Amino acid sequence: MKILLKYIKLLSANKPALIGAALVVCLALIALSAPLLTGYDPAGQSMAEKLLPPSRAHLLGTDELGRDVFSRMIYGSRISLSVGLAAVAISTLIGIFVGAVAGYFGGWADQFFMRLVDIVLSVPALFFILMLVVFLGPSIFNVMVIIGLTTWTDLARLVRAEVLSLKSREYVLAARASGASHARIIIRHILPNAMAPVFVSVTFGVAGAILIESGLSFLGLGVQPPDPSWGNILTSGKDYIETAWWLTAFPGMAIFATIISYNLLGEGLRDILDPRLSGSKERG
Amino acid sequence: MARYILKRLLLSIPILFGISLITFAVIHITPGGPTVLQSQMNAKMSPDSIAKLKTLYDLDKPLPVQYLKWLSRLARLDFGDSFNDNRPVTEKILERLPATLQLNLLSLLLLFLIAVPLGVYSAAKQNSVFDRLFTSISFIGFSVPSFWLALLLMLFFGVWLQWLPISGMASVNSSSMPPVLQVYDRIQHLILPLFVSVFGSIAGFSRYMRSGMLEVIRQDYIRTARAKGLPEREVLLNHALRNALLPVITIVGLSIPGLISGGFIFETIFAWPGMGRLAYESAMSFDYPVIMGVVIAGALLTLLGNLLADIAYAFADPRIRY
Repeated sequence: MKILLKYIKLLSANKPALIGAALVVCLALIALSAPLLTGYDPAGQSMAEKLLPPSRAHLLGTDELGRDVFSRMIYGSRISLSVGLAAVAISTLIGIFVGAVAGYFGGWADQFFMRLVDIVLSVPALFFILMLVVFLGPSIFNVMVIIGLTTWTDLARLVRAEVLSLKSREYVLAARASGASHARIIIRHILPNAMAPVFVSVTFGVAGAILIESGLSFLGLGVQPPDPSWGNILTSGKDYIETAWWLTAFPGMAIFATIISYNLLGEGLRDILDPRLSGSKERG
Repeated sequence: MARYILKRLLLSIPILFGISLITFAVIHITPGGPTVLQSQMNAKMSPDSIAKLKTLYDLDKPLPVQYLKWLSRLARLDFGDSFNDNRPVTEKILERLPATLQLNLLSLLLLFLIAVPLGVYSAAKQNSVFDRLFTSISFIGFSVPSFWLALLLMLFFGVWLQWLPISGMASVNSSSMPPVLQVYDRIQHLILPLFVSVFGSIAGFSRYMRSGMLEVIRQDYIRTARAKGLPEREVLLNHALRNALLPVITIVGLSIPGLISGGFIFETIFAWPGMGRLAYESAMSFDYPVIMGVVIAGALLTLLGNLLADIAYAFADPRIRY
């Protein structure tokens, strides 16, 4: 009985993480089972049914080309989530690499990479992204890469700080004394112990990347129609703001719900994994 | 102090070089050279603008020469002429700067006026109902996409209630209004963009303020102040707040790039004629020189903001030795 109480107590202490995790899993399931959830083709136009308010036939209404908004949102979740995850994968790899090399080797490597971080941070991020989108052209793939290439700096600093504090621990010195290579020491001995801030940062990072992707798509600089994305449905929302509120309300809610789920999970993870970090907050 | 400022200025030189290198590299991602493929995929890139780019950025010269030329242009703040209307990019940016500064300075001021008391109060009453409510609301505020918030506000106040104009800086007929009405008109146009801009940062900022206060409150000198019988109000406002405000200077400095470039989304939504809107317009029309100009101007403003923040910090905190 006592153990059960303790268990419940622990669980409720991490309520945000639990709720966040549940929502994140739900969203992933929705994205994966898209064709099962809707009978409409997300790109299927029907001019006779354009700009219809929500009804039984079209749960969330239709857009200016008569496409079913519900089905576009369900399919859009695939694109938004995959852009978010891929972008974060890229930025995490860069962040870990830069942070580990700078922290472990110190000296000129540290100088070089940390000045690089300063430089990237001094260019306002959204302008940087905008510039790259214009020069490379907007596409799902480019948007993933560009977001990944511009959002690794915070993680690099976090990993560097962790590595700095770990690299003179006895077990690392022992590994070095027994002849392990630098790469092996970093990968096998240091990084596994530096993962806590990485998990937290990845979770917040997905929220941030989805926010940037939807913002870009909203402005016509991200995912290009006819591919559905929550952001580009909102573009129609803005164009038809005087007549079709459902084009603004629902896709925005989807973005909001996704971001809040990942932020909840991130917040909870941070409390569990790394109590030192609580209080500081990363901007999405 | 003069030495500190000089040292700080010298430190930004490598960063300026870095920015010039990165922007130079970006130019070379697309036009001409080994990356022609990219520009062919980019359907909106016309042969005409490729030719213009070649002359503008001296793409027919050897790479080191190109870079030196690029560097000397940057040093003179010469970004060439806009592809759209052939006006100097610098002129176009300077013309948009006041609108952006107006919005950003006002929103920083409001942010400060709202977030500081919120953070202080909720730290003073830690774990109270207010504190919990504040923490959850700021968490939600933190997760609302600003462009969606902007659209919702336009929908509520502009379309349904018709209380506020939904775009621009002034009404079309504002020049024929009496001065008082002109000011009123301007304020009406400011409300929504300002709200969105402040709302996005308030959550993070006041949370930061709260944790700063919580940290300071546990210091020995606060216990001393309480022990000698000062009223709680005085302890909080005179002894704690002053120290908790110090890191805020840094945060303001760090939030400058976000404020400048974040404007690009809601300036576009509200048709606010600032730098962000200029960036968007030039992106949509593939006006490369203007985009480069905006990016570099944004970076310069950021460096300047950080520099001012560091100097202000050194002034505010006598413990800083340089």
